[in-house]
Order: sequence, then C-alpha cells, then structure tokens
Amino acid sequence: MNQIPEVIRTIPLEYYLFFSAALFTIGVIGVLTRRNAIVIFMCIELMLNAVNLLLTAVASYRGDSSAQVFVFFIMAVAAAEVCVGLAIIVMTYRNIRSTDVQLLNYLKW
Amino acid sequence: MQEIVMPLNNQGMALLCLLVPILPLLGFILNGLGNRKLAKGLVSMIGCGTVLASFLISIYLFLDFTANGSRAYMVDYYNWISAGNMQIGFSFMIDQLTLLMMLMVTGIGFFIHLYSAGYMSHDENFGKFFSFINLFMFSMLLLVMGSNYVMMFVGWEGVGLCSYLLIGFWNKNTNYNNAAKKAFVMNRIGDLGFLLGIFLIFITFGSVSYPQVFAEAARYTGGIDSNIMIAITLLLFVGAMGKSAQLPLFTWLPDAMAGPTPVSALIHAATMVTAGIYMVLRSNVLYVLAPTSLEIIAIIGVATAVLAATIGLAQNDIKKVLAYSTVSQLGYMFLALGVMAFSSSIFHVLTHAFFKALLFLGAGSVIHAMSNEQDIRNMGGLRKYLPITFITFLIGTLAIAGIPPFAGFFSKDELLAHVWEHSKVLWGLGMLASFMTSFYMFRLVFLTFFGTFRGTESQRSHLHESPMSMTLPLIVLAILSTIGGFLGIPAVFGENMHVLQNYLAPIYGYAQVANAAAVAPLHIDHATEWMLMGISVAVAVVAAIIAYVMYVSKKTVPVAEGSKLSPLHNLIYNKYYIDELYDTIIVRPVMWMSSALHRFLDVIVVDGIVNGFGKLVMQSGRSLRYAQSGAIGFYIMVMVFSIVLILFLNFFIG
Repeated sequence: MNQIPEVIRTIPLEYYLFFSAALFTIGVIGVLTRRNAIVIFMCIELMLNAVNLLLTAVASYRGDSSAQVFVFFIMAVAAAEVCVGLAIIVMTYRNIRSTDVQLLNYLKW
Repeated sequence: MQEIVMPLNNQGMALLCLLVPILPLLGFILNGLGNRKLAKGLVSMIGCGTVLASFLISIYLFLDFTANGSRAYMVDYYNWISAGNMQIGFSFMIDQLTLLMMLMVTGIGFFIHLYSAGYMSHDENFGKFFSFINLFMFSMLLLVMGSNYVMMFVGWEGVGLCSYLLIGFWNKNTNYNNAAKKAFVMNRIGDLGFLLGIFLIFITFGSVSYPQVFAEAARYTGGIDSNIMIAITLLLFVGAMGKSAQLPLFTWLPDAMAGPTPVSALIHAATMVTAGIYMVLRSNVLYVLAPTSLEIIAIIGVATAVLAATIGLAQNDIKKVLAYSTVSQLGYMFLALGVMAFSSSIFHVLTHAFFKALLFLGAGSVIHAMSNEQDIRNMGGLRKYLPITFITFLIGTLAIAGIPPFAGFFSKDELLAHVWEHSKVLWGLGMLASFMTSFYMFRLVFLTFFGTFRGTESQRSHLHESPMSMTLPLIVLAILSTIGGFLGIPAVFGENMHVLQNYLAPIYGYAQVANAAAVAPLHIDHATEWMLMGISVAVAVVAAIIAYVMYVSKKTVPVAEGSKLSPLHNLIYNKYYIDELYDTIIVRPVMWMSSALHRFLDVIVVDGIVNGFGKLVMQSGRSLRYAQSGAIGFYIMVMVFSIVLILFLNFFIG
C-alpha cells in the first residue's frame, strides 16, 4: 500500500489551494449571511477545516511533518471551542427560545 | 593682609558650629508638628531653649576663637552643588564679623523669644508662632554663617519667607495678609538684584566662596571703579535695598508692623533688616574697588534717613513711629557704609539692635497693657501704671536720640564723624535726621507716658505692668543699650579704646590690599571731634526740649483722624503719598496688564485649546457610538472586510 503523502501527491497542489479557498470563502459567507447560531458555528468549522486541508497538502508536498502536527493542534482546540460554543448556544436558547443571533442586540449604545 | 582662612580639622568644633543653626531648626520642626498638641509651657521651653543653647554655643565659639589667636576658619561639611567648574560647599566661615552677628542674633533672639512667651500667651497659635520664629533664627544664622554667597542667599530667602509668614501671622485679617504680600514682593525685587550680583561675581571671579572671591578681588587688575565692579556692587546693593528697606524699596517695612510686636522687634528692627548691611560689609573688598557705588549708597542712605525721619514726625501709631525710625536708622548705617566707615556701620547695627529691640518690646508692653490699642492719641500718663516699661523705654529713647552715655551716642557720633570727614553736606543732612529722630522719639515718650490718660474707662481698668517674662528682656536690653556704646569709645577719650574696631580690623585685610586709600583710619583732630560731639548732643537735647514744650507743657495732642491739616503736615502724615504713587505707576498697570492677559491669553487661548480638545472628543464620541449597534452580524462583517482590506494593503503596498 502506498504511503498517504504519496496518495495526496497524486493530485496537483493547485487543486488543493483552490478547494481550500473555496471552502474558506463558503465558510465566511455563511458566517456573514446566516442568522442561526448553529449554522454560523458550522461555518466556522468549515473555515477551520479548509485551513487543515491546506496544511496537510502543503506538508505532504514539502515532505515536512511539522504542519501536520499543527493540524492536530487545531483539531484539539476546535473540539474544545465547540464545547464552549454549544454550551453558550444552549444557554441562549433557554433564555430567548431562539438561536437567531440578530435577536441578541441588547449590548449597544 | 588678612591671614588665609584655614580649614578646620576639629570634628568636635565642626559639630558645635553645626549645632548653632540646627538647634533652632529642631525647635521649628518640633513646634511646627506639635502646634496645638503640645502644652504652651513645653512649646515655649523648646522655642526659647533651643535659641538659648545656640546663644551659649556661640559664646563658647567666640571665647575659643579669641583664645586661639582670632584666626578665621572654614568648617566644611559636604560638597553641596557641583556642576562643571562650579563647586559650592555646604560650609561655614567663622570670623570676627560672623561671630559678632551670631552673638547678636542669638542673644537678642533669645530675649525676644522669652518676651514672646509672655506676649503671645493668649494666642491660640502659640506653637505656630514659635515654630516660625525658630525657623527665622535658623535662616538668619545660615545667612551670617555661610561661607559663600549662595548659602547667604539661601538664608536671605529663608528670612524673607519667615518675615512673610510672621507679618501675616494673624492671617484672618486681609490687611495683614496684604502687608505680608507687599513685603514679600518688594523683597523679591531686591533679591533679583542680589541674585544677578552673585552670577556676576561667579563670572568675574570663578567662585562664590568668600575666601576665594576676596583673594581674587584683592589681586584684581581691572583698576578702581571698573564697570564690572560697579555693576556687581550695585546689584548686590539692590538686594540690600530690598531687605534693609532703603529708598525706593522701603514702604514694606512700616506695613510689616502688622505682625506681632516681638516679630517687629526681632525681624523688622534688630536682625533681618540689618542683613543688607552685613552683606555689604562682608563684601567690603568689592565695594572699596567701586567708590562710585559707595557714593550712591551714601546718597541713598542719607535720603532714606531724612525722608523716613520726616514721615516719623507725624505718625500716630506707636509701632509706625518706630518702624519709620528703623528705616531712618538703617539709612544711617548705609550712609556709614557709603563713606567707608565700615566698623562704625556695624557698631550702629549692634547698638541699634539693642535699643530698637528694646523700644519695640517696650511698645509691645504698652500695647499689651492697653488691650491692643496702638494709637498714641489714646494713651498718655502711662508712667504711673507701667513703671518698668517707662524707664526702659526712656533709656531706649535716650539711646536712639544720641544722649551720652547711652549706646546710640557713641555709634551715631562716630558714624557722623566719618561722614563729616567725607562730605559736609551729607553730615548736615545726617544731623537734620538726627534732630528729627530725637524729636519724634521724645514726642512718642511724652505722648505715651506723660500727661493724662486719654483712653477709654475699660482700658484704664485693665492697665497693668507686663509679666516677668516680658519685663526681664526689657531690663536686659536696657542695660545693653546703656553700656553697649562702651564697645567703641572714641579716640578723644583714649587711644586704642575702640574695642570693636580693633576686633574687626582683620576683616578689612583684603580691602587694604585692593584699595589702601579707601580704608584709611579717621583723620580728625580732637578739637573737631569734640565739636562734632557737642553739636550732635546739642541737637538731640534741643529737639527733646522742643518736644517737651510742645507735648508736656502745652499738652498738644495730635489732631484726630480727618481733621484739616496744613499742606506740609498733610504731605508727611500721608507718607509723601509714596504708596499711592507706587500704586498708580506700578501696581495698577501691572494689575491691568495681568487682567488683560488673563482675559485674552488665559481665557481665550489656553482655555480654548484645552476645552476644544475636550469638546472634540465628546463630539466624535457622540456620533461614533451609533456604530455600536449590537448586531453581531454587522460586527463580523466589519471585521471580515477590515481583515480583507489589511491583507489587500499588505499584499499590494507592503
């Protein structure tokens, strides 16, 4: 069986770049346009994973494993972040019976 | 040639020298911190005790000094200011003049402290009074003991500050505060001159330390009356003018009588106001290099003496009369300095300190007995009620009028003999002032102590002789005023009897080198001297008799406030309108200018800028706050666009 980096290298690097950029942009647009907090959250995950994918691809092409270590860090941190974030969303829902972020506009002048 | 000032290597003596000013400073700190907390007895014990200790140490230093061959020495403590080639040490110079001033300041200071313990006993700020007056003793001792002009300046400012604090001691009275401010401001004018003089000394001689400056001056090659010397001496004299209340800066001293009477006696008669004379005398070597300055000093001195004496003729406030008399006597001292009769000047400083302190304390005793009445029109006949005050006051009057054998006779006579030798015109004016001095002083005595009592019934019932702590200083000062003159017995009574002159001779050593002609001894034959003495006594006695006829035989009493006076009388009663003149030509324009500047520069420009910034921030905050809408989506959008923008800029520009 071939090594995983070799499998990754079967596709040109530019494809990964375009794909990651597309994923990231979808995430950004999702965050900007959607009103449901859970969807926004998912979009953030999308952006994180776009970065993860790019890191893995570049690491394989450069034969440098330190970027892959980064990916593990990002995944661990993202998991912790999801814990906190979902807890906040649950609390929000309990209080205003909704997860619409546009309703959360009390903190203003 | 003066012997070189030796450094002192004796630790014990150095400590003693330091203790002289430090003890009053300690008293200032203790009494200042303990004001209203310490018992009055303890306060007066600290106040008087520290000064007494300084006095005793000064006596010891004096005895030690004379026992060791009268060699001047320096006591170095530490290097105080060091910048470039300027080295100013915190050090004392002990020589004949310093010791004389130390004894005078601490000795008279002690008796006045003792007197204050009685005089101020009813005042609620007893501790404050003693702390201020102790601070004054400290500053004055620093002034006379310092070994360079900068230390003298520190003491000079210190006594000015204490003078201000004590004139305004009863600070609930606005008039008193104004008098204090006036004294302070007028002294600042003089101090500016003094300071510029010090700068010029440093530029010319490269040092401000007395031994170095005087040694340099003795070697000075610029000749007599060089411009730089005239500038230095005149600038120093401007300082002396302010401190010693000479024309045109004398008007603060009569107003300074707003302070408690012991303050008038100590600061505004006996010690602080003679600082100017001390300074000129200390710099005698510089002055003999500039005879033109001395000429100016003599003229200002005699003008002050005559002018102040004429004003004194018509005053009705017991302390104001004494104040003008002080100005007049200070004029005499400067007249003596101007004719290079340096020893006579310090002799008059000494005897004046005795009798003027006595007169002020006597006046204080009268005021105390009269329940704070100061107008002599409401006194009279006090002889019976205040016998000790009367006798001592009379002795003071005899001394100041120049009746032998009291102290003032010797010093004034010697002084006028020197003036006679220098210029007959100045002598004539001096005699005129002497005549008026005698007249107004006897007028004061006759109106206060003779005749019938003119005060109210309640004042009469309160009349009492002052307590022991007040009469004792009066008696001691009366004795000193009686015998003080024997320090300087003129040559007609015996050669080499002039103790003071022989004692002070070494301090003119450098002056003799610099300009030998200037400090030559008196060349008056005995017949002339007898004649001068006779004239001055006759003048004093005639003035006294006129005063007796006017105020005792004819029972004249100065007219009440607001009555019609003859034009001349009106002029001198209103002090030649000098205060009004200063008010019109200086005070008002300055006030007007300040208020104009206030209105334009302060209110419009400075406040405008400061308030403008405040308003700008407020205004922009008010409009920008709407950006904080609370809509999270909006925030994120701004964030994203900002990041994109930064990346974009970074990519294309960075």
